[in-house]
Amino acid sequence: MNTFLNIMIDGLAYSMVLFVISVGLSVTLGLMRFVNLSHGAFAMVGGYCAALLTREAQWSFWLAVPAAVAATAVLGAALEMLVLRHLYRRKELDQVLFTIGLSFVLIAATNAAVGPQVQLIPLPSLLAGSVDLGFRTLPTQRLLVIAAGCTVAALAAWAVTRTRFGIWLRATVDHSGTASTLGIPIRTVQCASFAAGAALAGLGGILGAELMPLEPYYALKYLMLVLVVVAVGGMGSIAGTLVAAILLGLIETASKYLASEWGSLFFFVAMAVLLAWRPNGLLKR
Amino acid sequence: MNTITTTEALAAPAAATAAAAPRGAPAWRAPLVVLVLGAAACALAPDQLGLMTRIFITALLVLSLDLVVGVAGLATLGHAALFGVGAYAAGIFALQVHPDPLIGLAVGIAAGAGLALLSGAFLLRYHGFTFLMLTVAVSQILLSLAQRARGWTGGDDGLSGFVMVPLLGRFEFDLEGRVAACYALAVLVVLFYVARRLVGSPFGLAVRGIHENPVRMAALGTPVFRRLWVLYTVAGAIAGAAGALSAQTNAVVGLDSLSFALSAELLVMLILGGAGRLTGAIVGATVFTLLHHTAASINPYHWLFVVGTLLMLVVVVSPAKVWAWVRRRAGGVR
Repeated sequence: MNTFLNIMIDGLAYSMVLFVISVGLSVTLGLMRFVNLSHGAFAMVGGYCAALLTREAQWSFWLAVPAAVAATAVLGAALEMLVLRHLYRRKELDQVLFTIGLSFVLIAATNAAVGPQVQLIPLPSLLAGSVDLGFRTLPTQRLLVIAAGCTVAALAAWAVTRTRFGIWLRATVDHSGTASTLGIPIRTVQCASFAAGAALAGLGGILGAELMPLEPYYALKYLMLVLVVVAVGGMGSIAGTLVAAILLGLIETASKYLASEWGSLFFFVAMAVLLAWRPNGLLKR
Repeated sequence: MNTITTTEALAAPAAATAAAAPRGAPAWRAPLVVLVLGAAACALAPDQLGLMTRIFITALLVLSLDLVVGVAGLATLGHAALFGVGAYAAGIFALQVHPDPLIGLAVGIAAGAGLALLSGAFLLRYHGFTFLMLTVAVSQILLSLAQRARGWTGGDDGLSGFVMVPLLGRFEFDLEGRVAACYALAVLVVLFYVARRLVGSPFGLAVRGIHENPVRMAALGTPVFRRLWVLYTVAGAIAGAAGALSAQTNAVVGLDSLSFALSAELLVMLILGGAGRLTGAIVGATVFTLLHHTAASINPYHWLFVVGTLLMLVVVVSPAKVWAWVRRRAGGVR
């Protein structure tokens, strides 16, 4: 019973990190039809910025995190405006190759600039402690992760379905030509949604720094996990991504607790079964 | 870019069958060129035979990937699974049953084809992104299994300790790797010829047709699933042969032969050389392996810079366009 509760709580924290990183990719992949494999690199950039700002520049954690997220958003927006928008109409394979190449260059640049060692983000005293749950103590940081995940899910769903920006985004996706003649600034919409996706990836990189250690190969190591979550959840579906992240996060955590000698076997078996059952995403028939 | 590949895709098999296209090259010409160039390279650089062997094996592997990606149009990121299974099968066979290289090669081919047959029956029911992710799943599941079955595969330490008996009972595998290089080159040339014939055959044309338009091919009466399944199995056999060659010439099989990184690198090589043309696979594998050899010996992160920049360049300046330009310059004769 105790193990079960442990799995549930650790798995939930892990799932939320997966979700926060994946949801941005799900939006660019599903809504903008752009296969962005440098998404893992955005998460890495966010984490590195936060680590360097808190450790080297001695910023407060609460100031460094928004700054790092903003920096990732700016990087995403700049890349989108300069290069990536020219690839929207290209074949998927071209997009895959370009963004993988971009990840490679970012990995090499990170290593050249900061070095190959694992980066830690020092936590403020408020988060460094732990909460007593009765059956175990839980690091307060995990609670923040779970809360942030839920907030992101709610905000993203609200932004896409309820706000004017969400309406513009969906109109641009459905038919950019018509949307443009109706006066919707489609370039701004595309750029802003790409930047938002990058910012969320950066946030996920910061939140998950304790579960997924930040090092230069981070961008490729966890890219596969994120792609799996997006594929299983269905591209462009925020609810589907959430469900997939929770399911797969729980399975991965459970297999680490109960059958660690099998590696990621159960994670990928689960993915294959879920994808075979619902090829277009968990919540789409 | 799409239209260019389409016209070339249609021109290539016609050129491969001597009867169909009077101006085109016969199927044996490109393999013969590879044989001559490979032998010349080995003769000119006798101290680099290990590198040559690696190039031949990689070329064979990318060739099999080209059948899947370039000819059949199935984007896969799990091709290393077929290679790794062939390598492990050949290694385990040499260790436990009999260390003859040619029988081992047959075992590797059978293992690659067997896995492709089994996984293809499941994978080929899906398309596009789902297919891509499922191929990744298959290779990752195999990787986890290989890691777990330490008794058979040696786990993280790799499978080693097998010594091959002389090839054909006469040619012993020497330390300089002369026999290994000739052996790998011979297998590459033979299988390249087989692949060329296959692509130029009515079967190959049907597969190309499916690549262009599966719905129309189905309407014409082509059994789409079965054609793709056979092609995937053949590609698996060739990848298994490459795996067996790698196991026998290196005398060690590591878990990296099943890794995702290998699958991704293979795809990079294929795109670099130009997909769908078979010769492009061999050019891409050669260029990539040579680049890797020079850049990685300096610093592995430098290597990432090089390959990353190369990838972005390939997208901006498409090799297919460059090939078309070169061919126009050469007067349209392949």
